[in-house]
Order: sequence, then C-alpha cells, then structure tokens
Amino acid sequence: MSMPFYVSPEQVMKDRADYARKGIARGRSLVAFSTTDGIVIVAENPSRTLYKVSEIYDHIAFAGVGKYNEFEMLRIAGVRQADVKGYSFAREDVNARSLANAYAQTLGQVFTHEMKPYEVEILVAQVADDQDRDELFHILYDGTVMDEQGFTVLGGQAESINDSTREQYRDDLDRAGAVKLGAKVLAADGEPLGAAQLEVAMLVRARVRRAFQRIRGDELTALLNS
Amino acid sequence: MNETPLPFFAAGNDPGASFVDLLRRVSPEPAPGVPAGVPTAPGALPFEITHATTVVAIRYADGVVMAGDRRATAGSLIASRRIEKVFPADDFSGVAIAGAAGFAVELVRLFQVQLEHYEKIEGEPLSLEGKANQLAGMVRANLPAAMQGFVVVPLFAGFDERRQIGRVFSYDATGGKYEEADFQATGSGGIHARNWIKAQWREDMPRDDAVDLSLRALFAAADEDSATGGPDLVRRIFPVVATIDANGYERLSDDEVGTRSEAQLGGREEGAGL
Repeated sequence: MSMPFYVSPEQVMKDRADYARKGIARGRSLVAFSTTDGIVIVAENPSRTLYKVSEIYDHIAFAGVGKYNEFEMLRIAGVRQADVKGYSFAREDVNARSLANAYAQTLGQVFTHEMKPYEVEILVAQVADDQDRDELFHILYDGTVMDEQGFTVLGGQAESINDSTREQYRDDLDRAGAVKLGAKVLAADGEPLGAAQLEVAMLVRARVRRAFQRIRGDELTALLNS
Repeated sequence: MNETPLPFFAAGNDPGASFVDLLRRVSPEPAPGVPAGVPTAPGALPFEITHATTVVAIRYADGVVMAGDRRATAGSLIASRRIEKVFPADDFSGVAIAGAAGFAVELVRLFQVQLEHYEKIEGEPLSLEGKANQLAGMVRANLPAAMQGFVVVPLFAGFDERRQIGRVFSYDATGGKYEEADFQATGSGGIHARNWIKAQWREDMPRDDAVDLSLRALFAAADEDSATGGPDLVRRIFPVVATIDANGYERLSDDEVGTRSEAQLGGREEGAGL
C-alpha cells in the first residue's frame, strides 16, 4: 500500500491561489465608479457580444473578469437567484449584499473542495437613491468579499490601475468623466483606450425600475470625446 | 450566514431561459394552479370569485392602444372599483386581462418576470411573436383551472420593432393564440365594445382618435353590461389606457383620460342615450 505524499494545507491553498491568480492575470481588467449619475462600469473588452458587464436586477449589475465560461455561469445563477426572490417576495427585497454573500459562499466552496478553483473575480454593484449608499462588492476567486467605497478595480493589473485610479477619482465625477477616466486608467501604455476596445455599462440612478443601461456605439464615442 | 445557495443545475436539468421551469425546480411548492381538492364542476364553489371584465386593444397609425375599465365583480357584488387590468409586459408590449382575477393577476406577474428573465439570460429580448407564444403557453397551463370555471383570457399587444407596426393577439381558454388584424375586445362587455370599435375604426387612425375610440368602446360596454364600470366622475376613477409605439409602453395620465372621458360625455350622447 503506497502512502500519499504529505502536502501541508498552507501549500495546497497557496498553489490553488497562485493557479487562480495566474488565470485571472491573463485576462483584461475592468473598473467601476460610483458617480453622481449612477454607477459606471468600464471594461477593456474588444468583443461586441461576449459581455463582461450585465444586468442582474432592477438596481444591481454584475461584472466579471477571468475565465468567461466561469463568470458567465455565475452571472446566470445570480439572475436566477434574483428573479426567483423578486417573484416570491417583492422586487424591493432583492439586494446586492445577499447576492454577494451567495457568490462568496459558492466561490469559497469551489476554492476549497473542487479540483480547480474558479479563475474569476466578480463585482456585484447596486445603485441607490443617493450616492453615499451605492454598494460595490468585489469578490475574489477564494470567496473573499470586499465592500469597496467609491471605485473598484478587478483583474490581473488591478494594483497598478488601482494606484492611478486612486489619484484621479473624485466622487463628484459624472457619467462622461467616469467613462473617460476608465478609458485612461485601463490603458497600459498611456494612450486612452478607444470605443472599439471598451465595454461600458451603467446603473442609472434616476431610473425607478430597471436601471441597467449599456453605453455603446456613437453614444460611447461622444462621451469619450466630450 | 444563511443565504440561499445559488441555483446551479446539471446540464440535462438546466431550465435555460424559462422562468417557469426554473420555479418548478427551485420551489418546493407546486407551480401556480388550482390546488387539489377544489370542486371540479363549474358553479360548485361555495363562494363567488372575483372577475375582471372588459378590455380592448386597437391598432392605430403608430402602434397600439390598450384600455380596460376599472370594475371587478364577485357575483352581483362590485368587488373593486379601481382594479387595474392593463399592464406593461415589458418595454414594448402590454397585456390586458379578463376573467378570474386571482389567476389573471398572477399570470401577468409570471409573464412579466418571464420576459425580463429571458432578456437577461439570453442577452436580448424575445421577438413580439415569441412573447405572444410564451403567453399562449401560460394560458394553456391554466387549462385545468379553466375547466373548473377559473377562465383567464388575456389580450396581448405590442409594437413589433422588426416590422415597425403595432400587433394585437387574443387568446382562448385553451391557450389558442389568434392574431387580430386591427382590434379586439374581450371580457363580459367585450362584445359591445367590439361592435362599437368595428363601426368606427379606420386604417391609420391618429393616436388621439384611437384613445378616444377605446374610451367610447368601454363606455358602450359599461352601458350594456353590469359587470363593466363606466368612468366614475364622482370618485375620479377612469379607465386605464396605455399606448405602445416606437417609444415604448406609456400609460396615459389620469388627467388626460379624465379630460377625454368628460369631453365625450359632454358631447353628443351617442350610445349613452340609447
């Protein structure tokens, strides 16, 4: 009978974390801002059809970086969770905090129990009537939840982008300001990204029901040039 | 932390973009319908159930107008003076209900969530025809209840963005879906409303004329049918009227409907004096 090699739990966790981080670092980053007009999410994404940012519910949006099929699966599960909850109770009973917790549990479970961890980082954002109560939940591959204030950055280059965003972000930014700042901080070589490389969506504060709106095409170009 | 776990499904069991199938899988309670033990013969119920009555949908130059009176009845009693029977299904379509109110209101709620759910899961909305077919399936799922007397017959209308026209669909209790050329009315006063519209309808009517015609038709129905409510000038309760065109679903303000209703009453008393 052969004895399995002993590997310390610390080493197992570290290996898994390294694996997940490497996968995430291969993808492109995204950034979300709380602005006076609502929450603006700007992602580097040359695809017109495979979205990183999507609608979950009336005032809740989802964004993911890393492996597309994995965060897409999480997105669909989130939409299902929210729609069932809103139908069973009332629309106002659906909130981002509870959804973020459910995501954290799933990611934490997969990280410790499955063959391989998910190579994703996700964002659950909820827009409120006043800007102070906007919520940005940043959830890591191992289920760690961070409740971010003002802005958050997801993805492989998060640290450097985080530094430049912290210097330039102000909470009185409007929609156009946030889109331009996003295009600037996501660019690796200083030249802001153009409309063709960006996926932009926002949660519009002024809307009563479904607040999610994509900003694309001419509208995006106009904002970038404003 | 006692959050509900996220719903994940094995490949063979995945409900896809269907919210109704999703509900069946996650909810231990049975899907909406008649619980076991309810008497099976029509009329065998020990109480009167609430009925919603007359609704109309009329195609005009830019889209469709939908309207419904505000009365609900339970037997010979007025169950509600201000029930609403016309609802937005999504941004470009609306649904109006007649029949057993309890089932009909639930049907609308489920239908609204279904359209939104599909749009979010798939990333784009259903075609108008697709929405109409979805509703047909839901009406058909209510057939066992219809056999026991809880009939629900909705009207569905919307703006077809691909064809750039308004379209009207009617249903029967078995889930049969019928596209109407120009207009339709259903509910207990539907026949009176429909006759009125038939006499006055013209191709390419402007919006205002179509709105006035819908109010007139409801007035005619209220005149002949005790279960249909007319405009209530004392309590200021007026029909719910909505237009659906290229700009989407828009419910008319009570002020506008009130003004138009009063203008008609003050005019030549067609119908009213018969």
